[in-house]
Parts: sequence; C-alpha cells; structure tokens
Amino acid sequence: MQPFTLHHYNGEKPLSSLPLDTRSRFLAGGTNLIDLMKLQVETPKTLVSLAKWDKANTISEDDNYYYIGAMVTNSDLAKFAHTQPNVSLLAQALLSGATVQLRNRATTAGNLLQRTRCYYFYDTTKACNKREPGTGCSAYNSMNRIHAIFGTSESCIATHPSDMAVAMIALNAQVHTQQPDGNTRQIALRDFYREPGDTPHIETQLDEDELITHVSIKKKANGTQYYHKVRDRSSYAFALVSVAAGLKIEDGRFKDLSLAFGGVGTKPWYPQKAISFLEGAEPTQEVILQAAEAELSKAKTFGSNDFKPELLRRTLTKVLLELAEHQVKHPGHEGALYDNA
Amino acid sequence: MATLNLNGRDVSLPDDPRTTLLDFLHQHLSLFGTKKGCDHGQCGACTVIADGKRINACLVFAFQLEGAEVTTIEGIGEGESLHPLQKAFIERDAFQCGYCTSGQICSGVSLLREMKNEDPSAVTYSQTRHSKASLKEDISERMSGNLCRCGAYPNIVDAITDVIALERQ
Repeated sequence: MQPFTLHHYNGEKPLSSLPLDTRSRFLAGGTNLIDLMKLQVETPKTLVSLAKWDKANTISEDDNYYYIGAMVTNSDLAKFAHTQPNVSLLAQALLSGATVQLRNRATTAGNLLQRTRCYYFYDTTKACNKREPGTGCSAYNSMNRIHAIFGTSESCIATHPSDMAVAMIALNAQVHTQQPDGNTRQIALRDFYREPGDTPHIETQLDEDELITHVSIKKKANGTQYYHKVRDRSSYAFALVSVAAGLKIEDGRFKDLSLAFGGVGTKPWYPQKAISFLEGAEPTQEVILQAAEAELSKAKTFGSNDFKPELLRRTLTKVLLELAEHQVKHPGHEGALYDNA
Repeated sequence: MATLNLNGRDVSLPDDPRTTLLDFLHQHLSLFGTKKGCDHGQCGACTVIADGKRINACLVFAFQLEGAEVTTIEGIGEGESLHPLQKAFIERDAFQCGYCTSGQICSGVSLLREMKNEDPSAVTYSQTRHSKASLKEDISERMSGNLCRCGAYPNIVDAITDVIALERQ
C-alpha cells in the first residue's frame, strides 16, 4: 500500500482546516476503500479518518423525517429500519448485501460512495476509464456478465453495486452535505449519481472536498414492500438484477408506487418511464410487461449480459404481482411482503 | 499514547497508519490465531470481535479502533476453559484443515449474541410463505461471511445449533 498522510475529522473543526483535494479521501468504515488501496486502485495522498466523528453515528427522527447519520453502520441501520414498517424496504435491501462482518463496519455514506465491482476496474493491468481516464474500457467488448444495461456509454458499462442505495432511491432519500466554506447542500439521491458519459471517473454530484453528513427519508406510508435480489448464490453476492418496490392498491389500481432497480444500471436505477406507466394502472402481467418494455427501450446489452432484460422483466413481474396480491388481501398493509420475524 | 484493548490488555497502536488490525496482530503482537485468508474481506478467516461486533480484521486499519475492545480467538475462552462453541466444534467435528476455524468461532460467538438480541437477517424477509424459516437456514445466512474450503458447513451449523439449544435450556 502506498504511504499516505493521516488526518482526523471529528465534526468540530471546520472542513477548511483539512488538506482536501483530488488526491484526498475520507475514510469511513474502510471496507471498500482499504481494499482498493491494497490493490493500488486507489492511491490517496491524504486520508481523513472519520472514526472519531461520533455525532454522525446516530439515527434520529421528527414527525416528518428519519435522519440517518453518515457514519451509521449498515447493521445498525438495518436493525432500525426493521422496526419501522414504512421503511422495511431499506432493511430488506441492507440485509441482502454483503455479510454481517462487513455490515458491522460499512457506513451509510460509505455505502452510497462505494465503487463498482467491475473486474477490470479492480485489475490494474487492464484498461479502465473509471480507474485511469482515457485508457479505454476492457468490459465493452469482453466478458461483461455483471455489467450494466442502463446508463452506459462507450467509456464505461460498470454497474453500481449498492443494494442500500437502490432502496433509498425508491424511497426518495435526500443526501445532505457540508462544504469547506461552511455551506450545506441537499441533493435528492435520484439526482446524486452521474451517468458515466465520457467521464466515468466522476461518479456523483459531490465536490472533492464535500462531505456527506446524513441522509433523510420522508416518513410516509409506502404500502407493502419487497426487495428482491437475483444473484449467483443466495448470500454474499452482488445483484445481477434487483427490484426494490413498495406499493398500495386502491380501487384495484397501483397507487404510490416506489420503485428502483439494482444490478442493471451504471447508477442505482430510477425507472421513471416504468413508474409513469404503472401509476394508476391495473396490476396485471400485461401492464407490468408493457411498463418494463417502456423502460427497456433505452437499454443496451453487451454480449455476456444479454440475459438481463428478460431477467428484469420476470423479476419485476413477480415482485409487483406478489405485492399487489398481498395488498388486495390485506388492504392498508404497511411493511414487508415476507416477514418471518 | 493511543491504544486499543486487546483481549483485556491495552496495547499501543502501531506507528505506520497503513497497518491493518490483522497485520498488527501478526507482526506486532505475535498473535497468529486470527488467520489471513484472502486479505480482502471475502473469506472471513480474519474475523475478530470489536466492541461486541464481528468484523474483518483485514479491512480495518488498527488506528481506526483506537479505544476499542477487541477480542480475538485467543480471548474467546477463559484460560484453559473452552467457550461452549469451541467445545461444540470439537464434538461436531466442525473443521477439517482448521484454517478458517478461528474466524468461524469468532463469527459464531457473535452470532449467538445477535440472535439472542433478535437482530434481523435476510432470512427474516425471505420468501417462506407458510412457515417460519428454519433455524439452520438462518444460521447459514448469518455465517455466509465465513468460507470453509474443506466444506465443513453442515457440521459448523450443527455446532452452532447445539450451543443455541444449550443456551435456551
């Protein structure tokens, strides 16, 4: 591992006192960044450890919102969301990701900012525009089974790996940040990620010296919810396709549909076209397939991942029909589709 | 001086901030019970317990755990007396080569507490329409961060099941 200069941030001194630039990185849990530093995919000159930032390690709420601190671990957030039926989707997504050991260290902000698991990004002997801009994309014409079908460009087809972010996009979470000049920003998670275009190394709207302080989620009824993740093994694997959905059925029609897709986009995918098609429609297989087709009209596959559109159609159909069936049987239900607690 | 508490005694943190907790245990403290398998958080052989929570020692810098209480396999039992899960591993033949075992046991000891606390797992939300998910299915899910290339999984799950039954008596 390359040497780095270590600084600490505990939330008290201003960010402007830290040497933040393109070669500095904030270190939260470290489950992704330390791994990338060992592989020399990341070679920061400066690390700013957030281990002593206790204030960011809390979850609070008022009448309207949940406020999740940047340093709240994935385990703690899953446990909290498990007790709140209107954000069960978040608990389901978190618990479907990684392992207990990783979730005990991984943080809310770190999860949002984790890097892709594209094999070529990790392999420093291969060309990768995300790791080394201008070198090319090794995935585009090669083995690309895990790669994206939405939001791709000729420069990059890497998938965003998060489960948590997919659920948060469905739930319309807001990211709150702090800048060195003391200003704060609120960015909808749905607008937070950038598609790769010809600058795949720039992944979010954050400035290099901007720090996520917390995430807020509006308290509202989200109906019956299900995070369904399809992957190569039943635990500890990234999604090939995942569907995060929450919905109600009123007068026999979809109402208040929350929806997002994982494993298929260069960013956690917010399927606006499909949602517009489905909201207010009758929950039939035909309607759902038409909605999937509307979204898939802008999809592009690359050979090894040609199976993903059909897998997405089938997963979306299964999830929405099961949720609708549950809502019809249990009108007004709020919480997980399956709950063995 | 910056320290962490390791198996009940305070130890000074290393000078080089690049030192992971795992390398700190091996190279500075000569504690080799915690194993290095993949060194990338994929295999779980380096699992230790920090402030009551199991973590991968390979994916955390030692300095991040300043002030923390860390328990490794060397601190799981009390002196010559084995932890009930260590005994169960022997009784159930829950290992072959043994390389993953210290990580499995640290993970399992944490699992016992997590299940007692009713921490949810993915199995809590799995598609089991008409019956509660089985305990063994739940244990397997919760232990998925610990690989065993000898394939001793069924016996590992049996050993953990035995201790859960013992604790419920």
